[in-house]
Amino acid sequence: MATSSAEALLERLRETKVWKSIFRRGPARTNRTRSVAIFHNLFLHFLPVKVREKSLRARATYYLGSLTFFLFLILTVTGILLMFYYHPAVPQAYQDMKDLRFVVSNGLFLRNLHRIGAQAMVLFVFMHMFHVFYRGGYRAPRQFNWVIGVGLLLVTLFLSYTGYLLPWDQLAYWAITVGTNIISFMPWLGRITRFLLLGGRTVGENALLRFYVLHCVVLPLAAIFLVGIHFWRIQKDGGLKLREDDERKDSLHDGD
Amino acid sequence: MNNPMKPSDVPGKAEGTASPAMGRRDFLNEISAAALGITGLGSAVVSVNYISPNVLFEPPARFRVGIPDDYPVNSVSFLREQQIYIVRTAEGFTALSAVCTHLGCITEWRPDDNLIACPCHGSKFNRDGIKVAGPAPRPLPHLSVQLAPDGQLVVDKLNTVPANQVLRV
Repeated sequence: MATSSAEALLERLRETKVWKSIFRRGPARTNRTRSVAIFHNLFLHFLPVKVREKSLRARATYYLGSLTFFLFLILTVTGILLMFYYHPAVPQAYQDMKDLRFVVSNGLFLRNLHRIGAQAMVLFVFMHMFHVFYRGGYRAPRQFNWVIGVGLLLVTLFLSYTGYLLPWDQLAYWAITVGTNIISFMPWLGRITRFLLLGGRTVGENALLRFYVLHCVVLPLAAIFLVGIHFWRIQKDGGLKLREDDERKDSLHDGD
Repeated sequence: MNNPMKPSDVPGKAEGTASPAMGRRDFLNEISAAALGITGLGSAVVSVNYISPNVLFEPPARFRVGIPDDYPVNSVSFLREQQIYIVRTAEGFTALSAVCTHLGCITEWRPDDNLIACPCHGSKFNRDGIKVAGPAPRPLPHLSVQLAPDGQLVVDKLNTVPANQVLRV
Protein backbone atom coordinates (compact mmCIF):
# COMPACT_ATOMS: atom_id res chain seq x y z
CA MET A 1 0.00 0.00 0.00
CA ALA A 2 1.16 3.47 -0.85
CA THR A 3 0.47 4.99 2.56
CA SER A 4 2.26 2.28 4.48
CA SER A 5 5.33 2.49 2.26
CA ALA A 6 5.31 6.29 2.68
CA GLU A 7 5.00 5.81 6.41
CA ALA A 8 7.83 3.32 6.36
CA LEU A 9 9.96 5.83 4.47
CA LEU A 10 9.11 8.55 7.03
CA GLU A 11 9.94 6.10 9.80
CA ARG A 12 13.35 5.37 8.25
CA LEU A 13 13.91 9.09 7.74
CA ARG A 14 13.21 9.70 11.43
CA GLU A 15 16.05 7.35 12.33
CA THR A 16 18.62 9.33 10.34
CA LYS A 17 21.14 11.60 12.04
CA VAL A 18 20.11 14.63 9.95
CA TRP A 19 16.42 14.34 10.90
CA LYS A 20 17.30 13.89 14.55
CA SER A 21 19.53 16.95 14.47
CA ILE A 22 16.66 19.08 13.11
CA PHE A 23 13.74 17.65 15.11
CA ARG A 24 15.03 16.82 18.56
CA ARG A 25 11.96 14.86 19.58
CA GLY A 26 10.14 11.72 18.64
CA PRO A 27 6.99 11.52 16.51
CA ALA A 28 4.03 13.55 17.80
CA ARG A 29 1.86 10.64 18.94
CA THR A 30 1.04 11.50 22.53
CA ASN A 31 -0.43 14.71 23.94
CA ARG A 32 2.93 15.48 25.46
CA THR A 33 4.91 15.06 22.25
CA ARG A 34 2.23 16.96 20.33
CA SER A 35 2.67 19.88 22.73
CA VAL A 36 6.45 19.59 22.46
CA ALA A 37 6.12 19.74 18.65
CA ILE A 38 4.52 23.19 18.99
CA PHE A 39 6.76 24.46 21.82
CA HIS A 40 9.99 23.53 20.03
CA ASN A 41 9.15 25.14 16.70
CA LEU A 42 10.12 28.78 16.23
CA PHE A 43 7.24 29.43 13.84
CA LEU A 44 4.59 27.69 15.96
CA HIS A 45 5.68 28.28 19.54
CA PHE A 46 3.50 31.38 20.02
CA LEU A 47 0.40 29.48 18.93
CA PRO A 48 -1.71 27.50 21.41
CA VAL A 49 -0.92 23.78 21.77
CA LYS A 50 -4.60 23.10 22.31
CA VAL A 51 -7.73 24.81 21.03
CA ARG A 52 -11.39 24.16 21.72
CA GLU A 53 -13.21 22.61 18.81
CA LYS A 54 -15.84 25.35 19.05
CA SER A 55 -13.26 28.02 18.30
CA LEU A 56 -12.36 26.34 15.01
CA ARG A 57 -15.93 26.56 13.71
CA ALA A 58 -16.71 29.16 11.04
CA ARG A 59 -19.27 30.86 13.28
CA ALA A 60 -16.61 31.48 15.94
CA THR A 61 -14.67 33.99 13.82
CA TYR A 62 -15.75 33.58 10.17
CA TYR A 63 -11.94 33.30 9.77
CA LEU A 64 -11.81 37.07 9.18
CA GLY A 65 -8.48 37.53 10.99
CA SER A 66 -6.93 34.53 9.26
CA LEU A 67 -8.15 35.77 5.88
CA THR A 68 -6.61 39.18 6.58
CA PHE A 69 -3.30 37.50 7.44
CA PHE A 70 -3.56 35.35 4.29
CA LEU A 71 -4.06 38.52 2.20
CA PHE A 72 -1.00 40.01 3.90
CA LEU A 73 1.01 36.96 2.79
CA ILE A 74 -0.28 37.31 -0.80
CA LEU A 75 0.63 41.01 -0.75
CA THR A 76 4.13 40.24 0.57
CA VAL A 77 4.82 37.68 -2.17
CA THR A 78 3.35 39.73 -5.04
CA GLY A 79 5.00 42.88 -3.68
CA ILE A 80 8.43 41.26 -3.69
CA LEU A 81 7.83 40.09 -7.27
CA LEU A 82 6.77 43.60 -8.35
CA MET A 83 9.96 45.02 -6.82
CA PHE A 84 12.03 43.12 -9.38
CA TYR A 85 10.77 45.43 -12.14
CA TYR A 86 10.04 48.70 -10.34
CA HIS A 87 12.44 51.64 -9.93
CA PRO A 88 11.32 54.17 -7.31
CA ALA A 89 12.60 57.11 -9.36
CA VAL A 90 10.79 59.81 -11.27
CA PRO A 91 11.50 59.06 -14.90
CA GLN A 92 11.03 55.29 -14.54
CA ALA A 93 8.31 54.68 -11.93
CA TYR A 94 5.33 55.38 -14.19
CA GLN A 95 6.90 53.55 -17.16
CA ASP A 96 7.72 50.53 -14.97
CA MET A 97 4.11 50.40 -13.84
CA LYS A 98 3.01 50.52 -17.50
CA ASP A 99 5.57 47.83 -18.40
CA LEU A 100 4.26 45.62 -15.62
CA ARG A 101 0.82 45.92 -17.16
CA PHE A 102 1.64 45.55 -20.84
CA VAL A 103 5.13 44.07 -21.31
CA VAL A 104 6.16 41.82 -18.40
CA SER A 105 4.88 38.22 -18.49
CA ASN A 106 2.07 37.83 -15.98
CA GLY A 107 2.83 41.37 -14.79
CA LEU A 108 -0.77 42.47 -15.21
CA PHE A 109 -1.95 39.56 -13.08
CA LEU A 110 0.59 40.16 -10.30
CA ARG A 111 0.03 43.92 -10.21
CA ASN A 112 -3.73 43.50 -10.08
CA LEU A 113 -3.41 40.78 -7.45
CA HIS A 114 -1.35 43.22 -5.36
CA ARG A 115 -3.68 46.16 -6.00
CA ILE A 116 -6.99 44.35 -5.48
CA GLY A 117 -5.53 42.26 -2.65
CA ALA A 118 -4.59 45.49 -0.88
CA GLN A 119 -8.11 46.83 -1.20
CA ALA A 120 -9.49 43.49 0.00
CA MET A 121 -7.13 43.55 2.99
CA VAL A 122 -8.46 46.95 4.12
CA LEU A 123 -11.99 45.58 3.73
CA PHE A 124 -11.17 42.44 5.72
CA VAL A 125 -9.43 44.39 8.47
CA PHE A 126 -12.62 46.41 8.90
CA MET A 127 -14.86 43.32 8.80
CA HIS A 128 -12.59 41.62 11.38
CA MET A 129 -12.73 44.67 13.63
CA PHE A 130 -16.51 45.02 13.34
CA HIS A 131 -16.88 41.33 14.16
CA VAL A 132 -14.61 41.55 17.20
CA PHE A 133 -16.36 44.72 18.31
CA TYR A 134 -19.91 43.37 18.08
CA ARG A 135 -18.90 40.12 19.79
CA GLY A 136 -17.37 42.12 22.63
CA GLY A 137 -13.90 40.76 21.97
CA TYR A 138 -12.37 44.11 22.97
CA ARG A 139 -13.48 43.67 26.62
CA ALA A 140 -11.36 42.35 29.48
CA PRO A 141 -9.12 40.40 29.37
CA ARG A 142 -8.52 41.16 25.71
CA GLN A 143 -8.22 44.99 25.85
CA PHE A 144 -4.53 45.07 24.99
CA ASN A 145 -4.96 42.87 21.94
CA TRP A 146 -7.65 45.28 20.73
CA VAL A 147 -5.10 48.09 21.05
CA ILE A 148 -2.56 46.06 19.07
CA GLY A 149 -5.33 45.53 16.50
CA VAL A 150 -5.91 49.28 16.22
CA GLY A 151 -2.16 49.61 15.61
CA LEU A 152 -2.44 47.03 12.85
CA LEU A 153 -5.37 48.95 11.34
CA LEU A 154 -3.19 52.08 11.18
CA VAL A 155 -0.27 50.14 9.69
CA THR A 156 -2.64 48.67 7.06
CA LEU A 157 -3.96 52.12 6.15
CA PHE A 158 -0.44 53.60 5.96
CA LEU A 159 0.63 50.67 3.76
CA SER A 160 -2.31 51.42 1.48
CA TYR A 161 -1.55 55.11 1.43
CA THR A 162 2.18 54.77 0.74
CA GLY A 163 1.52 52.18 -1.97
CA TYR A 164 -0.91 54.56 -3.63
CA LEU A 165 1.90 56.95 -4.67
CA LEU A 166 4.12 54.32 -6.30
CA PRO A 167 2.39 54.12 -9.76
CA TRP A 168 3.29 57.84 -10.05
CA ASP A 169 0.25 58.75 -12.13
CA GLN A 170 -2.02 61.79 -11.78
CA LEU A 171 -4.28 60.04 -9.29
CA ALA A 172 -1.30 59.10 -7.10
CA TYR A 173 0.29 62.54 -7.30
CA TRP A 174 -2.81 64.48 -6.32
CA ALA A 175 -3.92 61.99 -3.68
CA ILE A 176 -0.57 62.38 -1.92
CA THR A 177 -0.58 66.16 -2.41
CA VAL A 178 -4.03 66.42 -0.83
CA GLY A 179 -3.31 63.81 1.88
CA THR A 180 -0.03 65.33 3.03
CA ASN A 181 -1.69 68.76 3.09
CA ILE A 182 -4.24 67.31 5.48
CA ILE A 183 -1.29 66.17 7.65
CA SER A 184 0.11 69.72 7.61
CA PHE A 185 -3.05 71.01 9.33
CA MET A 186 -2.07 68.99 12.43
CA PRO A 187 -1.26 71.46 15.24
CA TRP A 188 2.45 72.31 15.79
CA LEU A 189 3.94 69.21 14.18
CA GLY A 190 1.94 69.35 10.92
CA ARG A 191 4.36 71.24 8.69
CA ILE A 192 7.51 69.47 9.87
CA THR A 193 5.82 66.06 9.58
CA ARG A 194 4.82 66.83 5.98
CA PHE A 195 8.32 68.09 5.18
CA LEU A 196 9.98 64.97 6.62
CA LEU A 197 7.46 62.63 5.00
CA LEU A 198 7.91 64.18 1.55
CA GLY A 199 11.59 65.03 1.92
CA GLY A 200 10.74 68.45 0.54
CA ARG A 201 7.99 70.99 0.04
CA THR A 202 6.34 69.32 -2.94
CA VAL A 203 5.56 65.73 -3.95
CA GLY A 204 8.68 64.89 -5.93
CA GLU A 205 11.56 62.46 -6.31
CA ASN A 206 12.33 62.40 -2.57
CA ALA A 207 8.70 61.74 -1.68
CA LEU A 208 8.53 58.80 -4.09
CA LEU A 209 11.67 57.21 -2.63
CA ARG A 210 10.54 57.79 0.96
CA PHE A 211 7.12 56.31 0.35
CA TYR A 212 8.78 53.34 -1.38
CA VAL A 213 11.05 52.64 1.62
CA LEU A 214 8.15 53.03 4.04
CA HIS A 215 5.94 50.79 1.90
CA CYS A 216 8.47 48.02 1.27
CA VAL A 217 10.54 47.93 4.48
CA VAL A 218 9.42 49.99 7.46
CA LEU A 219 5.66 49.33 7.47
CA PRO A 220 5.83 45.60 6.60
CA LEU A 221 8.34 45.08 9.45
CA ALA A 222 6.03 46.96 11.80
CA ALA A 223 3.13 44.80 10.60
CA ILE A 224 5.03 41.53 11.14
CA PHE A 225 6.09 42.66 14.62
CA LEU A 226 2.52 43.60 15.61
CA VAL A 227 1.00 40.49 14.02
CA GLY A 228 3.39 38.35 16.11
CA ILE A 229 2.19 39.99 19.32
CA HIS A 230 -1.43 39.87 18.12
CA PHE A 231 -1.39 36.09 17.54
CA TRP A 232 0.56 35.38 20.72
CA ARG A 233 -1.87 37.42 22.82
CA ILE A 234 -4.86 35.39 21.60
CA GLN A 235 -3.77 32.38 23.66
CA LYS A 236 -2.38 34.50 26.50
CA ASP A 237 -5.79 36.19 26.85
CA GLY A 238 -7.62 32.87 27.06
CA GLY A 239 -8.38 31.99 23.45
CA LEU A 240 -11.02 33.33 21.10
CA LYS A 241 -14.14 35.05 22.31
CA LEU A 242 -17.04 32.79 21.34
CA ARG A 243 -20.71 33.57 20.88
CA GLU A 244 -22.59 33.77 24.16
CA ASP A 245 -24.82 30.75 23.41
CA ASP A 246 -21.82 28.61 22.37
CA GLU A 247 -20.04 29.64 25.54
CA ARG A 248 -23.11 28.67 27.68
CA LYS A 249 -23.40 25.22 26.15
CA ASP A 250 -19.73 24.76 26.87
CA SER A 251 -20.06 25.64 30.56
CA LEU A 252 -23.14 23.41 30.93
CA HIS A 253 -21.04 20.55 29.69
CA ASP A 254 -18.01 21.26 31.82
CA GLY A 255 -20.10 22.22 34.87
CA ASP A 256 -20.02 18.86 36.57
CA MET B 1 16.52 33.88 47.88
CA ASN B 2 18.67 35.57 50.50
CA ASN B 3 21.30 37.51 48.74
CA PRO B 4 24.20 37.45 51.17
CA MET B 5 25.45 40.81 49.93
CA LYS B 6 22.78 43.17 48.75
CA PRO B 7 24.07 46.15 46.77
CA SER B 8 23.16 48.45 49.62
CA ASP B 9 25.16 46.45 52.17
CA VAL B 10 28.56 47.13 50.78
CA PRO B 11 31.29 46.10 53.16
CA GLY B 12 32.84 48.78 55.21
CA LYS B 13 29.69 50.86 55.33
CA ALA B 14 28.57 51.84 58.79
CA GLU B 15 25.02 50.84 59.67
CA GLY B 16 22.46 53.61 60.15
CA THR B 17 24.49 56.25 58.40
CA ALA B 18 22.37 59.34 57.76
CA SER B 19 23.17 59.45 54.04
CA PRO B 20 24.11 55.96 52.94
CA ALA B 21 26.80 55.88 50.30
CA MET B 22 25.70 54.54 46.93
CA GLY B 23 26.84 51.00 46.28
CA ARG B 24 29.26 50.29 43.48
CA ARG B 25 26.72 48.18 41.58
CA ASP B 26 24.02 50.85 41.84
CA PHE B 27 26.47 53.50 40.75
CA LEU B 28 27.53 51.51 37.67
CA ASN B 29 23.92 50.65 36.83
CA GLU B 30 22.88 54.29 36.95
CA ILE B 31 25.90 55.46 34.98
CA SER B 32 25.16 52.79 32.32
CA ALA B 33 21.48 53.67 32.16
CA ALA B 34 22.32 57.36 31.79
CA ALA B 35 24.89 56.60 29.08
CA LEU B 36 22.40 54.44 27.18
CA GLY B 37 19.71 57.10 27.53
CA ILE B 38 21.99 59.85 26.23
CA THR B 39 23.11 57.61 23.35
CA GLY B 40 19.50 56.78 22.46
CA LEU B 41 18.42 60.41 22.59
CA GLY B 42 21.44 61.46 20.52
CA SER B 43 20.71 58.76 17.93
CA ALA B 44 17.11 59.92 17.68
CA VAL B 45 18.11 63.56 17.19
CA VAL B 46 20.80 62.65 14.64
CA SER B 47 18.35 60.40 12.74
CA VAL B 48 15.66 63.08 12.53
CA ASN B 49 18.36 65.49 11.36
CA TYR B 50 19.48 62.96 8.78
CA ILE B 51 16.08 62.47 7.19
CA SER B 52 15.52 66.22 6.94
CA PRO B 53 17.09 67.14 3.56
CA ASN B 54 19.42 70.15 3.33
CA VAL B 55 19.38 70.50 -0.44
CA LEU B 56 16.13 70.33 -2.38
CA PHE B 57 16.05 69.64 -6.08
CA GLU B 58 12.87 71.59 -6.52
CA PRO B 59 12.07 74.49 -8.86
CA PRO B 60 13.63 77.69 -7.48
CA ALA B 61 11.37 79.73 -5.23
CA ARG B 62 12.76 83.05 -6.56
CA PHE B 63 12.65 83.64 -10.30
CA ARG B 64 12.28 86.22 -13.09
CA VAL B 65 8.96 86.44 -14.88
CA GLY B 66 9.72 88.89 -17.72
CA ILE B 67 9.38 92.64 -18.15
CA PRO B 68 6.29 94.63 -17.04
CA ASP B 69 5.21 95.26 -20.64
CA ASP B 70 4.62 91.49 -21.08
CA TYR B 71 1.50 91.92 -18.96
CA PRO B 72 -1.37 94.12 -20.19
CA VAL B 73 -3.15 96.39 -17.71
CA ASN B 74 -6.15 94.70 -16.04
CA SER B 75 -4.97 91.17 -16.74
CA VAL B 76 -4.44 87.96 -14.79
CA SER B 77 -1.72 85.71 -16.22
CA PHE B 78 -1.20 82.14 -15.04
CA LEU B 79 2.40 80.94 -15.11
CA ARG B 80 2.04 77.15 -15.25
CA GLU B 81 5.66 76.30 -14.54
CA GLN B 82 5.94 78.49 -11.45
CA GLN B 83 2.35 77.95 -10.26
CA ILE B 84 1.60 81.65 -9.72
CA TYR B 85 -0.62 84.40 -11.12
CA ILE B 86 0.76 87.77 -12.16
CA VAL B 87 -2.06 90.27 -11.69
CA ARG B 88 -1.71 93.71 -13.26
CA THR B 89 -4.23 96.38 -12.35
CA ALA B 90 -4.20 100.08 -13.15
CA GLU B 91 -2.37 100.49 -9.84
CA GLY B 92 0.46 98.05 -10.50
CA PHE B 93 1.56 94.46 -10.04
CA THR B 94 0.71 91.77 -7.51
CA ALA B 95 1.64 88.08 -7.58
CA LEU B 96 -0.67 85.37 -6.23
CA SER B 97 0.13 81.78 -5.39
CA ALA B 98 -1.89 79.39 -7.59
CA VAL B 99 -1.83 76.66 -4.92
CA CYS B 100 -5.27 76.32 -3.35
CA THR B 101 -5.18 76.98 0.40
CA HIS B 102 -7.58 74.10 1.00
CA LEU B 103 -5.58 70.99 0.09
CA GLY B 104 -2.93 72.12 -2.35
CA CYS B 105 -4.45 71.60 -5.80
CA ILE B 106 -3.44 74.00 -8.59
CA THR B 107 -6.18 76.53 -9.34
CA GLU B 108 -6.97 77.99 -12.76
CA TRP B 109 -7.97 81.44 -14.00
CA ARG B 110 -11.43 81.57 -15.58
CA PRO B 111 -11.65 84.86 -17.50
CA ASP B 112 -15.36 84.39 -18.33
CA ASP B 113 -16.29 84.29 -14.63
CA ASN B 114 -13.53 86.74 -13.65
CA LEU B 115 -12.54 84.17 -10.97
CA ILE B 116 -9.74 81.85 -9.92
CA ALA B 117 -11.25 78.37 -9.47
CA CYS B 118 -9.93 75.16 -7.91
CA PRO B 119 -10.82 71.94 -9.78
CA CYS B 120 -10.57 69.66 -6.72
CA HIS B 121 -13.16 70.87 -4.22
CA GLY B 122 -14.70 73.93 -5.88
CA SER B 123 -13.06 76.83 -4.04
CA LYS B 124 -13.25 80.14 -5.91
CA PHE B 125 -11.18 83.30 -5.43
CA ASN B 126 -11.30 86.77 -6.97
CA ARG B 127 -8.23 88.42 -8.47
CA ASP B 128 -7.25 89.83 -5.08
CA GLY B 129 -7.02 86.25 -3.80
CA ILE B 130 -10.12 86.67 -1.59
CA LYS B 131 -12.20 83.51 -1.31
CA VAL B 132 -15.72 83.88 -2.70
CA ALA B 133 -16.86 80.25 -2.55
CA GLY B 134 -15.84 76.77 -1.41
CA PRO B 135 -13.96 75.18 1.50
CA ALA B 136 -10.64 77.08 1.31
CA PRO B 137 -9.80 78.37 4.81
CA ARG B 138 -7.58 81.28 3.75
CA PRO B 139 -7.22 83.67 0.81
CA LEU B 140 -4.53 82.93 -1.78
CA PRO B 141 -1.27 84.35 -0.41
CA HIS B 142 0.25 87.40 -2.08
CA LEU B 143 3.88 86.87 -3.04
CA SER B 144 6.66 89.40 -3.11
CA VAL B 145 7.14 90.88 -6.58
CA GLN B 146 9.94 93.34 -7.25
CA LEU B 147 11.67 95.00 -10.16
CA ALA B 148 15.25 93.85 -10.73
CA PRO B 149 17.91 96.30 -12.00
CA ASP B 150 17.73 94.68 -15.43
CA GLY B 151 14.06 95.70 -15.73
CA GLN B 152 12.62 92.24 -15.09
CA LEU B 153 10.00 91.35 -12.51
CA VAL B 154 11.26 89.01 -9.77
CA VAL B 155 8.85 86.89 -7.71
CA ASP B 156 9.84 85.25 -4.41
CA LYS B 157 7.44 82.45 -3.48
CA LEU B 158 8.85 82.01 0.02
CA ASN B 159 8.19 85.67 0.81
CA THR B 160 4.50 86.43 1.32
CA VAL B 161 3.41 90.06 1.57
CA PRO B 162 0.26 91.89 2.76
CA ALA B 163 -2.56 92.04 0.21
CA ASN B 164 -2.36 95.84 -0.06
CA GLN B 165 1.30 95.80 -1.14
CA VAL B 166 1.34 96.62 -4.87
CA LEU B 167 4.39 97.10 -7.08
CA ARG B 168 3.92 100.37 -8.98
CA VAL B 169 5.83 100.56 -12.23
